[in-house]
Amino acid sequence: MNLNNATISELHQLLITKAISATELTKHFLDRIADRDSQINSFITVTPDIALEQAKAADLALASDTHTMLTGIPLAHKDIFCIDGIRTTAGSKILADFVAPYTSTCIDNLNNAGSITLGKTNMDEFAMGSSNESSFFGPVSNPWDHTKVPGGSSGGSAASLAASLCVASTGTDTGGSIRQPASMCGLTGLKPTYGRISRWGMIAFASSLDQAGSFTRTAEDAAILLECMAGHDSKDSTSLNLDVPRYTEALSRPLAGLKIGICSDYFKEGLDSAVENLVLEGIRELGRMGAKVSEIELPHTKFSLSSYYVIAPAECSANLSRYDGVRYGYRCDNPVNLEDLYKRSRSEGFGAEVKKRIMVGTFALSAGYYDAYYRKAQQIRRLIKNDFISAFKQVDVIVGPTAPSTAFPLGEKTNDAVSMYLQDIYTIAASLAGVPAMSIPVGLSKGMPAGLQLIGNYLEEAKLLQVAHQFQQQTDWHKQQPQSSIR
Amino acid sequence: MISDEELDLLGDLAQLSLDPDNRESTLTAINEVLELVATLNAAECENIKPLAHPLEAEQMLRPDAVSETNQRAKFSQVAPLFEEGLYLVPKVIE
Repeated sequence: MNLNNATISELHQLLITKAISATELTKHFLDRIADRDSQINSFITVTPDIALEQAKAADLALASDTHTMLTGIPLAHKDIFCIDGIRTTAGSKILADFVAPYTSTCIDNLNNAGSITLGKTNMDEFAMGSSNESSFFGPVSNPWDHTKVPGGSSGGSAASLAASLCVASTGTDTGGSIRQPASMCGLTGLKPTYGRISRWGMIAFASSLDQAGSFTRTAEDAAILLECMAGHDSKDSTSLNLDVPRYTEALSRPLAGLKIGICSDYFKEGLDSAVENLVLEGIRELGRMGAKVSEIELPHTKFSLSSYYVIAPAECSANLSRYDGVRYGYRCDNPVNLEDLYKRSRSEGFGAEVKKRIMVGTFALSAGYYDAYYRKAQQIRRLIKNDFISAFKQVDVIVGPTAPSTAFPLGEKTNDAVSMYLQDIYTIAASLAGVPAMSIPVGLSKGMPAGLQLIGNYLEEAKLLQVAHQFQQQTDWHKQQPQSSIR
Repeated sequence: MISDEELDLLGDLAQLSLDPDNRESTLTAINEVLELVATLNAAECENIKPLAHPLEAEQMLRPDAVSETNQRAKFSQVAPLFEEGLYLVPKVIE
């Protein structure tokens, strides 16, 4: 078996049959990172010592039959998750030397299941971006074409998996930051229901939208990871106090009778025609598999981008006020007074996009403007949520494109903020409503992958994963890899 | 749209200093976003309750008992300047 395109479940079989040890598997990926990551810059920090230590423990667990599905599986984690003793930067200069003093619950769950941490992946600064070009640690290249972006903000996590530098990776999605890079890198990307996975220890961007999730090769692997990552956490008051279903058990159910909705707002001007054709063919494939396809309406989708670009900056301006050069993070040299310390530490520590969003958010929350911007955006958010509630009375799953195009060239949109923001036009509504959504590979356009977005009702990740898994039994788009990653 | 004067106020509120060389481009970039979000005005929202939490969850309560241990020494290690149990900042009161 080629380890470079193996799934979690395939590698689990190799590990439990002793065909390979966790240490050998970990070394394989550490060697690949050392040899190849300089071409794509997907890691900010590689943790070989920790990985090999964890691999040794995993081999003991495998020998004593106290293993889980994730024992010995090498993962890469977005550098937004705090891990005790490991540098955690959020892609920012302001946290460039920050060594986290505790581990996020999500990563703790994965560690406790015996997985291996290969390192921390590159990302847009504080998860603000759609191309992974705003990172203090430099842009990430798409393994399918090194002149193109991998998407963002979880671009490093997506690129590292597409380049076969890990077996799966973690990400976070605030407005599309898992689904859009998954689409651009030919991966399965899952954003669960808001609150399904604890946010504790995950560096905050917009707290009412942030949600952890995964990048995997298959829906089955996404189900395996979600079973481990999800669950109530008393340290996160917004995490849902509900049992975690066995997502892997629902995968094999056929699609006959499943009701799929498509919304015309997702197929309007701005969608690349080649991507549109691939998505429509994907929908026809679902129809051939027994799903019934019908049109639905999401009338307030057209307001999702404007609502998001008020709510997310507003929450970011509040969340990022904690970076003041006093308790942790970057501190300017020789401050003349306290105000100078705050202002220069923040101005020198944050990048341009982050500062812009803080200013926009500060404006939206300021006296005299709050009702016109923040309150109005939250009212629209309710209308968007109500749209989804109505739609899910008619259909089980909504499908459409994940992103308006395949990956675009590095630098193409860095001076065109609105064009960059439009990258998330199809993903933002699900984030505002808090419903689960995922992206799965649906084909190639000029050699670059495109994604099919599946949106489900609250807590119905099992249904999304079932549809994705069944689709992946009939198609092989998810098995396509960039040539460079197979070797 | 915000004016040049309002930009100074925003900088103060956000505790960010404005680089004179980038002042104009910063103003343009902020106004570009505000122009984008201006479409909010077209939405009919009368009597619609704002949505703060996607699942309408309410703040949980926990028993009024100590649940965290003191980790001051560990947390102070990541502080830029820390001495004798105190975070150091420029003198505020003469």
